[in-house]
Amino acid sequence: MSARKIALEQPESFSFSKQSEKEIKFWMNKYPESKKASAVIPMLWIAQKQEGWVSEPAMREIADRLGMPKIRVMEVATFYTMFNLEPAGEVFIQVCGTTPCWLRGSDELKKLCEDKIGPQRHVSEDGKFSWLEVECLGACANAPMVQISTRDSDHYYEDLTPERLTVVMEAFARGETPKPGSQNGRSCSEAEGGSSALTDKSLYDGSLAKKIKLPNAGPKKEKA
Amino acid sequence: MVQLLEDKDRIFLNLFGREDPGLAAAKKRGAWNATKDMIDMGPEWIVDQVKASGLRGRGGAGFPTGLKWSFMPKEVGARPHYLVVNADESEPGTCKDREIMRNDPHLLVEGCLVASFAMRAHACYIYIRGEYVDERIALEKAIKEAYEAKLIGKNNIHGWDFDCYVHHGAGAYICGEETALLESLEGKKGQPRLKPPFPANAGLYGCPTTVNNVESIAVAPTIIRRGAEWFAGFGRQGNTGTKVFSISGHVNKPCNIEETMSIPLKTLIETHAGGVRGGWENLKAVIPGGSSVPCLPADTCHDILMDFDALRDEKSGLGTAAVIVMDKSTDIIKAIARISYFYKHESCGQCTPCREGTGWMWRVLERMARGESSTDEIDKLLDVASQVEGHTICALGDAAAWPVQGLIRHFRHEIEGRINAYRAGKPVAVSAVAAE
Repeated sequence: MSARKIALEQPESFSFSKQSEKEIKFWMNKYPESKKASAVIPMLWIAQKQEGWVSEPAMREIADRLGMPKIRVMEVATFYTMFNLEPAGEVFIQVCGTTPCWLRGSDELKKLCEDKIGPQRHVSEDGKFSWLEVECLGACANAPMVQISTRDSDHYYEDLTPERLTVVMEAFARGETPKPGSQNGRSCSEAEGGSSALTDKSLYDGSLAKKIKLPNAGPKKEKA
Repeated sequence: MVQLLEDKDRIFLNLFGREDPGLAAAKKRGAWNATKDMIDMGPEWIVDQVKASGLRGRGGAGFPTGLKWSFMPKEVGARPHYLVVNADESEPGTCKDREIMRNDPHLLVEGCLVASFAMRAHACYIYIRGEYVDERIALEKAIKEAYEAKLIGKNNIHGWDFDCYVHHGAGAYICGEETALLESLEGKKGQPRLKPPFPANAGLYGCPTTVNNVESIAVAPTIIRRGAEWFAGFGRQGNTGTKVFSISGHVNKPCNIEETMSIPLKTLIETHAGGVRGGWENLKAVIPGGSSVPCLPADTCHDILMDFDALRDEKSGLGTAAVIVMDKSTDIIKAIARISYFYKHESCGQCTPCREGTGWMWRVLERMARGESSTDEIDKLLDVASQVEGHTICALGDAAAWPVQGLIRHFRHEIEGRINAYRAGKPVAVSAVAAE
């Protein structure tokens, strides 16, 4: 398991921004009134998107809002590894290092990050970058890959080489958000150069939307 | 000659994201066609169709989907019923549900309605892994479209009030285990529950709940549209249907591809993934079903079929059908050590054999990768793995033990060779695998 602790240095207070309040409302509407605690992960995430990390005052605020004991919120925040318990860089690079990415060269991406940014969790002098090796991000057919989180987005950058990641990082350094997804030009996880599958044009001409009779459907039954 | 799946028999027509995922385009590809007719046939009929199709759960365990649905109470009592869709795709090697959710989300939303109706649920939560932020946004968009078109929601055109909500996690592999997922959805740490009670009796908020994988739900409406016997016509008996395979690692063209079940592994790799890097003869091993299943050595890979039973007979498994290919350049000990690190990192810490055993196995494998071990220790590692396996609340303990057992079963000679080289003063240079 991953042992995680909250940071020693904590801010005095925390409050949600107007934008965050809007998002909180959206999430709170999803759960029954008596089950508000369900919103704890989305609320922690909203706090993190606002501040870049989850502070202890933020956990207290969320506990108050959801009517949860504070320790329960802290338990959740320390259990789930996507919550940064200390400030990260404005551009936070998460390099997938699990076997499918490792087989295709994630070590080289890690080395690049180390050379350019420094050790893991270390925030670069200008506060701009930090990086972390993470576990499988579920884009294995586009390995190796990274997820890059900023305040505004959490995009995947896939099919990387050190050269391609360098280009992506340079764009972020200039304040741009490069086009996410595969960096070798293919569409999603289609085989490079185009798959031989899904080439039948009649699948897309609307003929599948024509009225059909369900096979095996006898006379209609009374609705439950 | 193996019969490959034809385009007309594919379910996910936008798997590659070449087309628009939006409602109008999805309808043109057949989504939401005759959905009302399915609902009008009643819940039992739908369950019977899914049963007859032979669909087995696509999330790894392969439990018959229709049977699972039939475990839900037939009458709704004081507690509402829930469908929960497991979109916490985290098994290393697996990346298929991601493509469904961002490219063909309407098939999933439609499946949620049909499955919920079949189980008399008026609400469904889709639990998507936290890292899939862009996929979550895509899915929310599709759900909004479905609400606006009155396909779902209160007083929708299908005549079954139905709400569909997306919920997200925050980076815990264990939440792919169904009861850990439910704990997480209730706002707690994702630590698995003891079963019984099973979710069909006491699941989300203590109510009858069924948890299904994204692919299992998303294929259901198309199965009913084309007929159970159509789906059952692919693959071998007990292993029917089409399946999205994720092919990663040392192949020329890694990809996701929908194919028929029981397709030979070699045909799958050579037809769709451009073959093994350096040619088939350069193959060393394949992990055929996501990182938790034992690897297969190259000689087994020549004629193995990709289905539940064939792989079980080889002491491996179909799992999520995530094929991780390793060519002869692979340091297999290090590759499995990295998988062990993954399970150590992801153990929830609840059961001692798993919490302690995963870290122990990883540390020993790290030493073995450098050769700093002894042949006795290989037996000890095997013994510890068997003590973790089957001695935990959930299957993460098993998932951590199996890759280690597979490594020793098929590549013991390589570990011994590494140890002997180290003892002879010629250690194999291996850099640190993980960050710690």
